[in-house]
Amino acid sequence: MTKTQKYMKINGEQVPFTNEKNILSVVRKVGIDLPTLCYYSELSVYGSCRMCMVEDQKGNIITSCSTPPKNGMEIRTNTPRLKQYRKTILRLYLASHSRECTTCPKNTSCKLQDLAIRYGIDEIKFDKTEKAYKNDYKIDHSSTSITRNPNKCIQCGDCVRMCNETQNVGAIDFALRGYELKVCPAFDMPLAETECVNCGQCAAVCPTGAITVKDDVPAIWKAIFDDKKRVVAQVAPAVRVALGEEFGLGDGENVMPRIVAAMRKLGFDEVYDSSFTADLTVIEETNEFLNKLEKGEKLPLFTSCCPAWVKYAEEKHPELMSQVSTCKSPQQMFGSLIKAYDKERNEKDGKETVVVSIMPCTAKKAEASREEFVTGGTHDVDMVLTTNGLADMIYESGIVFKELEPEALDMPFGMYTGAGLLFGVTGGVTEAVIRKVIKDKSHTNINNIKFCGVRGMEGIKEFELPLEDGETILKIAVVSGLGNVEKLIEKMNAGEAFYHFIEVMACPGGCVGGAGQPFGLMDKKKLRADMLYASDKQTQMRHSDENPILPELYNGVLKGRTHELLHVHYPTHE
Amino acid sequence: MKIIIGQGSCGIASGAKKTEAEFKRLLKEKKLDAAVTIAGCIGSCYLEPIVDIINDDGSASRYVHMTADKVEAVVNKHIIGKIPVTKYLISEAGSAFLTKQTRIALKNCGEINPEDINDYITAGGYQALKKALFEMNGDAICREIEKAGLRGRGGGGFPTGKKWVQVRSQQEPVKYVVCNGDEGDPGAFMDRSVMEGDPHKMLEGMIIAGIATGAQVGYIYVRAEYPLAVHRLQIAIAQAEESGYLGENILDSGFSFSIRINLGAGAFVCGEGSALTASIEGLRGMPRVKPPRTVEQGLFGKPTVLNNVETFAHVSYIITHGAEGYRKIGIEKSPGTKAFALTGNVNNTGLIEVPMGTTLRTVIFEIGGGVKNGKGFKAVQIGGPSGGCLTEKHLDMSLDFDSLSKAGAMIGSGGLVVMDEDTCMVGIAKYFMNFTEHESCGKCVPCREGTHVMNGILDDIVNGRGDMGQIDMLMELADTITNTALCGLGKTAASPVVSTINEFKEEYIAHVVDKYCPNGSCKGLKRVEIIEELCKGCAKCQVVCPVNAITGKRKEPYKIDWAKCIKCGLCLDSCNFSAIVEK
Amino acid sequence: MKLQDIGSQCPCEAQNKFDFAELDLFLEKVEDMPGNLIVILQQAQNIYGYLPREVIAYISKKTGNSQAKIYGVATFYTQFRLQPIGKNLIMLCQGTACHVSGSQDIETVICDELKISDGETTADGVFTLNNVACLGCCSLAPVMMIQNSVGEETYGNLTKEKVLDIISQIREKEAKEA
Repeated sequence: MTKTQKYMKINGEQVPFTNEKNILSVVRKVGIDLPTLCYYSELSVYGSCRMCMVEDQKGNIITSCSTPPKNGMEIRTNTPRLKQYRKTILRLYLASHSRECTTCPKNTSCKLQDLAIRYGIDEIKFDKTEKAYKNDYKIDHSSTSITRNPNKCIQCGDCVRMCNETQNVGAIDFALRGYELKVCPAFDMPLAETECVNCGQCAAVCPTGAITVKDDVPAIWKAIFDDKKRVVAQVAPAVRVALGEEFGLGDGENVMPRIVAAMRKLGFDEVYDSSFTADLTVIEETNEFLNKLEKGEKLPLFTSCCPAWVKYAEEKHPELMSQVSTCKSPQQMFGSLIKAYDKERNEKDGKETVVVSIMPCTAKKAEASREEFVTGGTHDVDMVLTTNGLADMIYESGIVFKELEPEALDMPFGMYTGAGLLFGVTGGVTEAVIRKVIKDKSHTNINNIKFCGVRGMEGIKEFELPLEDGETILKIAVVSGLGNVEKLIEKMNAGEAFYHFIEVMACPGGCVGGAGQPFGLMDKKKLRADMLYASDKQTQMRHSDENPILPELYNGVLKGRTHELLHVHYPTHE
Repeated sequence: MKIIIGQGSCGIASGAKKTEAEFKRLLKEKKLDAAVTIAGCIGSCYLEPIVDIINDDGSASRYVHMTADKVEAVVNKHIIGKIPVTKYLISEAGSAFLTKQTRIALKNCGEINPEDINDYITAGGYQALKKALFEMNGDAICREIEKAGLRGRGGGGFPTGKKWVQVRSQQEPVKYVVCNGDEGDPGAFMDRSVMEGDPHKMLEGMIIAGIATGAQVGYIYVRAEYPLAVHRLQIAIAQAEESGYLGENILDSGFSFSIRINLGAGAFVCGEGSALTASIEGLRGMPRVKPPRTVEQGLFGKPTVLNNVETFAHVSYIITHGAEGYRKIGIEKSPGTKAFALTGNVNNTGLIEVPMGTTLRTVIFEIGGGVKNGKGFKAVQIGGPSGGCLTEKHLDMSLDFDSLSKAGAMIGSGGLVVMDEDTCMVGIAKYFMNFTEHESCGKCVPCREGTHVMNGILDDIVNGRGDMGQIDMLMELADTITNTALCGLGKTAASPVVSTINEFKEEYIAHVVDKYCPNGSCKGLKRVEIIEELCKGCAKCQVVCPVNAITGKRKEPYKIDWAKCIKCGLCLDSCNFSAIVEK
Repeated sequence: MKLQDIGSQCPCEAQNKFDFAELDLFLEKVEDMPGNLIVILQQAQNIYGYLPREVIAYISKKTGNSQAKIYGVATFYTQFRLQPIGKNLIMLCQGTACHVSGSQDIETVICDELKISDGETTADGVFTLNNVACLGCCSLAPVMMIQNSVGEETYGNLTKEKVLDIISQIREKEAKEA
């Protein structure tokens, strides 16, 4: 298809456009950042905040997010009327907004605050009537992963569209109407009692402090400052390619050595890598898969690394739970393994091992708190901190991240292969499993796997993989975004598709796009993914079998205990 | 002899069912041979219950205010004695209410039995459908409607023919015809009257719209508050299906059309097209951004014709009489008639239909019989919560789409609420703003927050907490809401406030500066006064006053400090000399 | 319309209170109808008199709509009630014509007499008061409609005396039935 070049006038300037879906994209293309509070290019257009309005040549006010550009159109983005209306709308927003900005978790990263500053709102004007806003909604702390503060909600609906359209979870929706309009679960019940899967994507898109990610920073400090505690950390693959953004380093840059340095400065006793237990997951999960394949058991096998997906399956598709891998996620494998491993050490020096995970994810908090992962009264993973939470700790302690000297991880659990590193991106688990399944493990052959269709940021990837036996052709699907899982399940239920193996990550793009990461749209997530692939290529060991620590472990602490330490049976598994 | 008892909602509420029962009882008791039948609302609601007796010679007598107690006299004298009971008959003025009208949409209302399709057919019904099916094609129908200049009767007055052509041109096999019967304007009831009094006319219009646009399914979205309308529509649909005017292969033409009824669940905003279709789809009735427009992607994402009841009720007339015949009524830019619900402080309340271009003076003073209780005329609120008020100076203005919009009002659904000289216009503005705030869907910020703030400001003003700055603030907010709200209802939400500020600014000033309601109707601004001449200085009031607002010397008239007074009214009850009054 | 008895609203106690047989029949009937959610809720309210939590949870399970979505729809429209109502639902018209003709005074009379405000139910469960937008009987303003197990009746040209009279008549009737 040839793209016909069309033109429109923006502030008198001739601007070419082709197939942009709205005026907003054309305007942003020419370097004007029109304000929006309810617009994300990856969600459906909602049009409630009205901030992106522009004035056309007839003096009509139109919202640029919902109007397609037309050839010959003339618009202005900054006129006296537009300024006036935007200011009035911001005042209206602020008049019914809890304005405790200094104590708000979103202080300085709030879009509403940002626009209020941009438009110089120094007086609200409309908050003086008898009917003025009262700060009286109850804050919902029930969820392990996110906090809901309706007093800060501006009803932009970003979270609703994320939860319903992208994730197909439907834990929250709009209720009531008019001035009473609010976003809440059914009957305004605590989030913890709903079908919420803790993916946290609602918090990621929330422009204000209405939905925020919980981070238990004080508890972690307390453990760090406690001499009786051995604070052992694991850092997930996706964290290293996102944290740098917070500190002005390049998007997607792998800052793992600096993370290690920072965490040592913060006082963590040992810093390990979840990529290590990811390798362990690859071994266990591949064995489970090949075993099922050989025995002709019911397939597909669904991956189990993503706790939001596991919860989703439990809530919406309990019938599929028996096909979800029994492998613990790398986070939980790390927790149970390290606690078993440290038993002797702890008895010797009288310390208690406390496991802290640094995760790109909010659902990992919920996972860690599940009763299936409690051993002898304590959680296998004691605390979970998001990428953003780690950044907060670094800021608080005054560490200048950019200037840190790179440091290396602790051993033995800092040893990982490139395969484990891939867990941070959609398709990574599958690629790691493929690396284990194929017999020819030459560099070239491993490099060539990327051409089979496993890579890319698409929400649904389907491909076939002929095995070297010349007989079996594996049908594989890789999905990210729970809405996409639903589509796949529908297809399977309708008998239109069959797969041997399905990898599911709840967040679009996989863990690089987790809700605990600095916010980014798909282009940014892709940069992070590319960096993980690049880092994988630089490792000496590319497939999990090569990890030299593993044999030692299987013959040591894991001996006779692989099932107990590395697998889990959820009540819904049967 | 035939006895026709008007049984619209208003007739029934006035006791028409009891009247009917009494007629039946007496006829049976006296073994008289006369058919008792029902009709919809004729429009002169203020005269209900209305009973027409069709004499054997075909002449008719119309009885008004025919409550059950009057039935026996009529049966004895008129049915048996063949002499009408003059004192119960409609007066000349009452007849004038009807004769001064020109009826298209309401033509059969009150004349035919809405529960009998044969009545409708006898009155010429379904002739237009036959013509549309067998003498015209879709293009020809669209052309005729376009040429007739029919404009949507539900609000903005969008050309109906243009809308139909747009739907017709869509390359999509599935299309819908939707009839908006969600008459949400609190003060309008013409759609109810048509659905209750002449449901087939509306069905016929919808079927013709189906032929014109290529749609095969129609939906009627009707308010659940109109149970009688729903009941009669159900009967009408069943009868039309049975008679072959609706359903598969209509009159063997090969064209099929079916109609479903959806009950609205109570939301004013569902009068907006995309909110209405969302509601039929089982969702929250929140308008969505356009494009795509309803004609492209409406109900279930398919091209959709959406018109209101009254608009569909004009279709058969246009098809039968042709565009030219239709254009003979009304004026160039707004042809045809318009129904208005005439209510408020006017003598003859009810439903009227007049040619577009009729003046307000004719409507209020000739048809409506002037302001109630001999009071002076102050204003008329037209178009409900989206409209504005018209005053003395607008009395000779032509009632049509364009003149009204120029005057800052709109025809809207056609509610005309007459207000006499004692009506507080700030109070009216507050009433509408309160309504709009509660009916706002809450989606876009200007409407959700703006109407709330405006209502809060008006609340302050009518309770004596206002200041001049707040009037400017109302205008500033109105400007923003009007220009930036997402949907039509939001864009017009501030109209009543703007129009009352424009026309009656002095009343606002009295409220905010003098803290006084010139019409004495704002309760929050009422003052308790001591009439000096009557006060004996007994100090009883001073004793009961909980805030020490009353002071004075014994045996001399006491005084009230309004700044302190909390208007509790205790002093009023305490005075033995009726010297304390509330003003 | 079946009206539920007031009381025993504790959800744990109410677990098995609801008989879904009639609702099931209806759900089956409209299974293939697109956009059936509002229709289902209307029918459910007809059956149970209001929309209890358990019923919403049940509809969610049967239709695949999330509870949050159903709750959103139920709270958007004024027709739906999440609490049981009294035996007689007074729908007091607050339309423009009624407003101009003094519907607020009528509301005051009703509220004072029944000691409830808009949306509330009397302690004896006999009356519920709901202000409604417009009943479309503007010429008879002020107007109210009373809905009970027999059906609905509209009362027009209301005055203080007339309203008190209507209330006392219903009270008498209810007392007799009790």
